[in-house]
Amino acid sequence: MLNFLSYLGRVGLDFISQAGGMALLFLTTLVYTFRPPFRLRLFFKQMEFVGVNSLLVVVLTALFSGMVMAFQGYHALSKFGGESLLGGLVALSLVRELGPVLTSLMVTARAGSAMAAELGSMRVTEQIDALEVMAVNPVHYLVVPRFWAAVIMVPLLTIIADLVGIAGGYLVGVMLLNVDAGIFIRKMQEMVEWLDLSSGIYKAFVFGGLLSIIGCYKGYNASGGAEGVGRATTEAVVIASVSILVGDYILTSLLF
Amino acid sequence: MVKLVDLYKSFGEQTVLNGINLEIPRGKLTFIMGRSGTGKSVLLKHIIGLLKPDRGQILIDGQDVTHLSEKEWQRLRRKFGFLFQEGALFDSMTVAENVAFPLIEHTKLSKKEIQRKVEEKLSQVGLLEARNKYPAELSGGMKKRAALARALALEPEIILFDEPTTGLDPMLQVATMKLIRKTQQQYGLTGVVVTHDVPIALMAADYIAFLNEGRVVAEGTPEEIKKSEHPFVREFLKSAFEGCYPEEGRDVQEKHGD
Ligand SMILES: Nc1ncnc2c1ncn2[C@@H]1O[C@H](COP(=O)(O)OP(=O)(O)OP(=O)(O)O)[C@@H](O)[C@H]1O
Ligand SMILES: [Mg+2]
Repeated sequence: MLNFLSYLGRVGLDFISQAGGMALLFLTTLVYTFRPPFRLRLFFKQMEFVGVNSLLVVVLTALFSGMVMAFQGYHALSKFGGESLLGGLVALSLVRELGPVLTSLMVTARAGSAMAAELGSMRVTEQIDALEVMAVNPVHYLVVPRFWAAVIMVPLLTIIADLVGIAGGYLVGVMLLNVDAGIFIRKMQEMVEWLDLSSGIYKAFVFGGLLSIIGCYKGYNASGGAEGVGRATTEAVVIASVSILVGDYILTSLLF
Repeated sequence: MVKLVDLYKSFGEQTVLNGINLEIPRGKLTFIMGRSGTGKSVLLKHIIGLLKPDRGQILIDGQDVTHLSEKEWQRLRRKFGFLFQEGALFDSMTVAENVAFPLIEHTKLSKKEIQRKVEEKLSQVGLLEARNKYPAELSGGMKKRAALARALALEPEIILFDEPTTGLDPMLQVATMKLIRKTQQQYGLTGVVVTHDVPIALMAADYIAFLNEGRVVAEGTPEEIKKSEHPFVREFLKSAFEGCYPEEGRDVQEKHGD
């Protein structure tokens, strides 16, 4: 029993210290953002990396989610003869929830994990120390471009995911299930408001920041050789995914 | 000038630095020697602030640097060059980009001037043909030389070399040591070299400090070191030459194990 309590205590302390470390890294990143030199080349390289790396998997995920949702939605709506609402249902769930959440999860799996692995291997091979020794701040050099690349690319990818998902829903709803194309579109336009769209984008901003800070933090603090890098990468993906889902709940309850 | 006063450092249970006192003379080449695992790399990382001592002081040009902020360190570190034992080359960059890195970061040189300087440094270490290779494509010795070129690129005031010659063939060892010596004399910089290579140290050093069990057990010019009565130093020197005099060396080897 005592063992269990001390275990709980350790886990709790560990959680607090990690959360604190991440918050500190976030603040440091914000401060260094405004300190010259501005490394635009690194920033664009990271944008390309985050965007290109994740685009295909985001498109695929969104497409099939939209298609599945059209099936499921049709099934549910047809119980009370509401098939005409299908367009609105698909579009609403995508722009408000699934777009930002699925995109962020996919970017976490592709780019967040890569950030942890890359920084982790730089840490264990002393490349981060080498930056410090050469009087280059590692947070400024490594974390700032990755953070902003994710903060900007995740919302952009989310918009793409929304569009592709809606197209998938249209495909299934209109082509397969014979919902009238005009009604599908009109209901969608009626039901989706600007606020729905913007709230999804806000979420994407936050998730992009979360996943990059968590990935960078885990990599930056990796230790223990190749095994340590592997551990850091796994933990980054797990923690970021859970944080995105928890964050989604909190944001949803705040925004509406 | 660098001065270490009563430096202590432990990792968990293990005490690595156990009261180090050492004065590193300005404009000279000082060698730090000792057995593998005694804490030579740890000591070097203290001098450049990558590790912080548990107790004691590090004075650089009379200034206590043990409690400097990260920002102050960043300014101070522009004076330094550091060669990591494992090279620590950026593996996302080619050899030439690695050497150019400190020049791009800290000088206002034009692209052309940087390229000229990079090629000069790379030809000094004999790596000009490998300039477009990535670190993963280099041999161990080539990595070391690329890292050396990077450490020398800015011609800093103080350079710390962690085993610059280990893992090189005998001809390259001598050539590398000569390069370090020449650069040091040319710019009058202060150099600290960590090595276990006795002949190289006796050949190139102005000053030698022996580290054992977390302390400096002997220090002096190479001549003084050769005459040292300290049992550890005698044994260390004797093992180093056992290859040349096998009969003399054998009993040392048996006692020592590794
Ligand atoms: N970050 C660290 N955490 C824990 N222990 C460490 C750390 N760095 C070094 N040590 C320990 O400190 C001791 C000294 O290590 P150091 O790397 O300074 O040896 P060294 O004298 O440079 O040896 P070598 O000649 O083999 O390079 C070793 O026993 C090592 O295990
Ligand atoms: Mg060492």
